[in-house]
Amino acid sequence: MILTRARSRADEALLYVGELTDLAVQTVQQAWRGPMERALLVAQFDQVGVKSISIVVITSLFIGMVLALQTAYSLASFGGKLFVGKVVSLSLVRELAPVLMSLMVGGRVGAGIAAEIGTMRVTEQIDALRALATNPVRKLVVPRVIATTLMFPLLTVISCALGILGGLFIAVVNLHVSANYYLRSVVDSVSYNDLASGVGKTFFFGFTTGLIACYNGLKTTGGADGVGRATTATVVTSAITVLIMDFFLTKLFLFLF
Amino acid sequence: MTDSLTIDRRAEARETPDRRTHPRDVFVEFRDVFKAYGAKKVLSGVNLSVYRGEVLVILGGSGTGKSVTIRHMLGLEAPDSGRILVEDEDITDLPEEELYRVRKKFGMLFQSAALFDSMTVFENIAFPLREHTDLSDEEIARSVEEKLELVSLPGTGHLMPVDLSGGMRKRVGLARSIVLDPKMILYDEPTTGLDPITAQKINELIVDLQTKLNVTSVVVTHDIQSAFTVGDRIAFLNNGVFEWVGAVQAARDADHPQLREFFRSSAVVAAQPTGPG
Repeated sequence: MILTRARSRADEALLYVGELTDLAVQTVQQAWRGPMERALLVAQFDQVGVKSISIVVITSLFIGMVLALQTAYSLASFGGKLFVGKVVSLSLVRELAPVLMSLMVGGRVGAGIAAEIGTMRVTEQIDALRALATNPVRKLVVPRVIATTLMFPLLTVISCALGILGGLFIAVVNLHVSANYYLRSVVDSVSYNDLASGVGKTFFFGFTTGLIACYNGLKTTGGADGVGRATTATVVTSAITVLIMDFFLTKLFLFLF
Repeated sequence: MTDSLTIDRRAEARETPDRRTHPRDVFVEFRDVFKAYGAKKVLSGVNLSVYRGEVLVILGGSGTGKSVTIRHMLGLEAPDSGRILVEDEDITDLPEEELYRVRKKFGMLFQSAALFDSMTVFENIAFPLREHTDLSDEEIARSVEEKLELVSLPGTGHLMPVDLSGGMRKRVGLARSIVLDPKMILYDEPTTGLDPITAQKINELIVDLQTKLNVTSVVVTHDIQSAFTVGDRIAFLNNGVFEWVGAVQAARDADHPQLREFFRSSAVVAAQPTGPG
């Protein structure tokens, strides 16, 4: 009984991965097929990038600040204040900014995409696109996946900068470290490899999050209830996928750089 | 009054000599089509021919597979077995990209109208033109306004779908489906969810378009009034097959028990004037 259920779950998971891969291939093929409508792309850049800036600003500043406080506290016996710039900047650039930003923005954007496409699905708008001889993947999936793939790294760069700024604020105001010393240690600590490793991961996070959201939207069935399920599934699946991918991509980048 | 005029016009069209004497050209053909969703069998060996220039009404109860049947005509669904031919071309195994070519022959009015709710009425109707033609903005605007007039909604291009009533949405959906001048129009429950007066207006519109555009039409409905107003032939879907197919006039006297029951349970049919023949 348990074995049968486990097998059926495994089959479902494999089917999900298979169909997701199929959608990824179709998305790349359709993206390759001539230029996209500029208006569609700009609208998605705005939706994914510009409209996410506020949550990136707030979360990044506070993560930077709390990181500075925790570093000073936990390394107090080793003269932790002196390492604040180094620890904050390296943790943010290599790990925290890419992952937390991807989780935050992924939740916001992924839920929005899944709800929008899911609603189009249950109100026959996707079928209408197909009936009007238009490819839904090219019209809906490609602009959204391009937007998430390009905007996640940009937002990560902003997130890194703001996090370091938050750390600077605490370092100066609370820990009485000079701004000059803090910034010097940031510049000395963070190498191009760290940036490439941190920001590089988010291209994959953005692509996968966009793809999962579109896939769940396109597969929505069952009215408003179905849209709700698709949205929840997108947030959960994309978050788990980002965390799993993070481990393997970190391994890969450590090997490469 | 309008109602009987509409019916008379259809009756006249049914009786035109070329319809009676010319050999009939098949536009869409189903050959032994089966379709199931999981354990639920929907189509169980459907055979059907839709002739060029006619209005075929697919009649049947809820959940009998009427909508599934017309979705197969467009290739929106693929059959589990059997063949579907459009203008003698077998579309059954065509890949999605190839089906786009076939779908340009069709216009489809969806049950919910399926308007793109992020676009205005104008953008909805202009959408197929922008996707598939090289028309200039002026030409597109002219064509959209022309189609809006055809569905009696001139000057509504700036409205959003959310601002429209159910009947208006259907008419906009219809304008969008005919903007590429299709050879065949598919109507999925065109009068469902509308009040009787609006429903009758949609029926008149279908008859009007049939006359003006000279197309082939398939109307899926369980509305007997609609079937008798717009149809040339009726195909009655029951138990996954078309159990009765024939002329509208003959349907009233058909000795098929379920079809008779279907008519009997609709009080409206009793009020219908008897058609010629």
